[in-house]
Amino acid sequence: MTKPNLLHRRDVVKALLANRKEAIAIGGLGASTNDITAAGDHARNFYLWGGMGGAAIMGLGLALAQPKLPVVVITGDGEMLMGMGSLATIGLQKPRNLSIVVLDNECYGETGGQMSHTASAADLVGVARACGISDSRAISTMAEVEAFATSIQDVFAGPRFASVKIDAANLERVLPMRDGIFILTRLRSDLGLAPI
Amino acid sequence: MHVRADAPTETAPTTDQSWPDEIFDILQRFDVRQVPYVPDAGHTRLIQRVLASSAMRGIPLTTEEEGVALLVGAWAGGQRGALLMQSSGVGNCINMLSLTQVFRFPFLTLVTMRGEWGEFNPWQVPMGASTQGVFELSGVRVLRASHAQEVREVVEAAASQAYNALTPTAVLLSQRLIGAKVFVK
Repeated sequence: MTKPNLLHRRDVVKALLANRKEAIAIGGLGASTNDITAAGDHARNFYLWGGMGGAAIMGLGLALAQPKLPVVVITGDGEMLMGMGSLATIGLQKPRNLSIVVLDNECYGETGGQMSHTASAADLVGVARACGISDSRAISTMAEVEAFATSIQDVFAGPRFASVKIDAANLERVLPMRDGIFILTRLRSDLGLAPI
Repeated sequence: MHVRADAPTETAPTTDQSWPDEIFDILQRFDVRQVPYVPDAGHTRLIQRVLASSAMRGIPLTTEEEGVALLVGAWAGGQRGALLMQSSGVGNCINMLSLTQVFRFPFLTLVTMRGEWGEFNPWQVPMGASTQGVFELSGVRVLRASHAQEVREVVEAAASQAYNALTPTAVLLSQRLIGAKVFVK
């Protein structure tokens, strides 16, 4: 299942975060969280190693709590499929500062490359749009990725959703830290939030 | 008409009905800002109060597990939340409840019970019977309120340990308190 001109996931994530400024980035369970790490560790990176299906809705909670900051969720097609209902919840709340990017390799790359629903049936862009996220788009060029990266900074025009078809190459793992309490505390601290 | 001749003829229990308002006041006092929920009849009044509040944001979910993850995000961004659901939704949350241990964030959920105390619907019984066990196996402390008079005290204790001591806590609002749902055609 090789398609021509697919983008490379690490290039996409690097471009998304290259000029992130104040943005908070949530990495969904699987390769996406590694991609965010590969782009460079950051106090505002929120790495998930579990809670599959929860990345986008976690982004909603954060976006509502910090409406002036851009929040971007970067996750995979399998993780997004498991939390598809959260797109309806987000579509209803319409947080202006939330962006969701699905890195769609059409398979479960972490578990042996089994085909996912997006390979031949499910259209996540259509789902997101039908759930009320009107700015939902399919991205196929790096120029479009860069334009989307710029739009992430606009905290008055979201929510927005993008699906980027990427190649299914299994890259060398770049593992983020996996101590949830540290990841959470580091982010809160960077936002100026005090411990209890 | 599914109501037996000897069954109570209305859903409202005869006890004091102000307990949902007491819960609302407690949530307000603890500065709860995000209130995700899957609707339940027993939470009707509280949900109305939340949706009418300018300080809280009521967030309807498609499934209860969304609420657990949402509250992680809320806390990461500096806001407290509380998840409202009914007992059948607790099973939907199991894997996501692992986040309460991984992140040690303030987790409070208020659960209206079904499947006990005069239940009419057999489909509610299995999950109602395992609700407390599911929470305890998932590392969530369980408190229960069975009478209107104790709701305030129990919810206050739960909110206090959840928000002050980062102890994930569920309050089971028993079907005895809420009144068994009566089905009328």
